[in-house]
Order: sequence, then C-alpha cells, then structure tokens
Amino acid sequence: MIQKIQRSRWWILALVLLISLIPFSAFAQGSDPTDDDVNEVARQLYCPVCENIPLDACGTTACEQWRGIIRDKLSEGWTADEIKTYFVNQYGDRVLAEPPRRGFNWVVYLVPAVIFVGGGFLFYRGFQQWRSPEQNRKDRKKEKVTPKPAKPSENDISRVEEELRKRSQG
Amino acid sequence: MKKILLWGGLGLLLVFLSIGLYRSQQGQVGIGETAPDFELISFSGEKYQLSDYQGSVVVVNFWASWCESCKPEAKDLELAYQFYLNRGDVIFLGVDYVDIEPDARGYLEEFGVTYPNGPDLRTEISQAYRVRGVPETFIIDQKGIISHVQIGPYSSLEHIKSTIDPLLD
Repeated sequence: MIQKIQRSRWWILALVLLISLIPFSAFAQGSDPTDDDVNEVARQLYCPVCENIPLDACGTTACEQWRGIIRDKLSEGWTADEIKTYFVNQYGDRVLAEPPRRGFNWVVYLVPAVIFVGGGFLFYRGFQQWRSPEQNRKDRKKEKVTPKPAKPSENDISRVEEELRKRSQG
Repeated sequence: MKKILLWGGLGLLLVFLSIGLYRSQQGQVGIGETAPDFELISFSGEKYQLSDYQGSVVVVNFWASWCESCKPEAKDLELAYQFYLNRGDVIFLGVDYVDIEPDARGYLEEFGVTYPNGPDLRTEISQAYRVRGVPETFIIDQKGIISHVQIGPYSSLEHIKSTIDPLLD
C-alpha cells in the first residue's frame, strides 16, 4: 500500500515537471529567434538606404539596425505580418518586397501580364504570317481556273466567215 | 482596332517607363525651387510645419544615427543653432531619415543636439526633397525658396554660416 502511494507520488511529480516545462520551452523559443527566423522576415523587406538589396542580404548599419528590430519584435511574439506593418507605418510601402495590391501598385502586377499576353499574340501573328506565303501559293494553285472560251455570237461567226472569204478570193 | 489597342498599350508602357526613368534621374530638389512643405513631429511630440516659418531662414538637415559622415557635422549644426538662436529668424529642423528611435535619441544626446528633430515617418519628407543619402541639408530663404543644397557634411561652423549669412540682413 505504501509502495503504491509512493509510486503515485512520483507519477504526480513527473507530471507536474512535464507541465511546467511546456510554457518554459515556448517562452524560450519566443525570446530567442534564430537568424533564419529573422532572415525569413527580412527577405520580405527592402531598406530604402540600399535600393534593390533585400534586407536579409544588405550589410549596411541601417539594415543591421532593422534586422535588430525584427529580432526584438519576434522575441516579443510579433508575427511576420505585424512586423511588416510596423515597417510600412514607419517607412512607407516602398519597404515591401511585394507592393500591396491597391491603387497605382496594380501597374506592377498588370504590366508583366499584359506584356506576356501581347507578346504571345504578336508571336502568334508572326507565326501565321510566316506560314501564309506557302499557304497562299497552294491556295493560288487550287484556285487557278482556265478561262472558258466565250461562245461567239452569230454575228461574229458571219463576220469571220466573210473575212476568210475575202482573203481566199484576194 | 486591334492595332490601336496594341500600339496604345505599348505607348502607355513607354510613358510609364519614361516617368520612372525621369524620376530616378531627377536628383535633389534644387536651388531656386520652392521648398516642399512638410510637417515634422519631433521626438518630443511637437508639430513643426515648414510653411509656418515664412519670413525666417530655415535649415533642414537630413541625418541618421547609422550615418558616420553625419556625426562630424552634428556638433557644428548645434553650434550654428546656438549662434543664431537669439536672432529668432533662423530655424533649424532635423529630419531623421530611415532610423530607429532609440538609436536616434542616443545620437541626439551624444552630440548635444537641442534644436527640433523628428523621424521622417513613411519617408515622406525625404521623398518630397528627393534625398539620395545622408547627410543632406537644405537652406530655405524667407520666401520659402531653396537657396543652398549641401550634399554631404558641412566641414565646419564657418561653412554652415557661409550658407546662411548671405540671406540675413
């Protein structure tokens, strides 16, 4: 009986230890984001100081500061979207790798599609024109018709006979 | 109809590309141009509207705490501010470009800067002045016209004064 009670105590102690570890491990994960976690957010942002270089690849002091902010925000439990919103509020839409789909920004998304479709259309037209001379020649051969001799009228026949008669007499 | 659409689309695309190219090649707002108006909210929360200072000479300095070449001129700008303070007709405004607040505050404290400074939220001011880097300083005359553009740091207090004094009586 005593042994049973002691065993159940150990089980309870183990359970309490296990439960206490769960929040602790979550806190540790939140407080110490890895470089990969930071870069995952950073590659979605561009610092205005270094144009055309994503934040995760930029080596300037300003970019280092920004990555520091991302690290701090992640450790405070912010999501990637919340961090991006923070940077947009501070520095404007131009910090985003992907401009938000609204207003004039639509040009960025529509122009490549229009170019692609227009290019496809031009290619199709060009391809058609490139084939058409051969096709036309074949078509022309098919359509070549020998003109039917016109049936001479009685008047014409009599004039020809008259002419022939004059020549044979002369 | 198809041809019109095609050429119209190509024309539109060229217009967009031209505008982009033109804007990227424009450079800073230049001497003789009207200074774009802006509102600066300082780190201590006060609002400063550029257009409120018509009749005064305004020195607008763009800087950042990460900018090494901003540091040598920071003290000189503060000295210039102190030099003109009693006159009351020379205003200094510091615009903190793409920075983070704790570092910016540390920078201001380090160099003892006391004139109004604030963050360039959403980089609206630097975009209006087409700032290409820091430090850059714009001297605006009493009529709101840009009279001097300093690209890079001032070399000394005398250098700063030489760009302000010609505008004063």
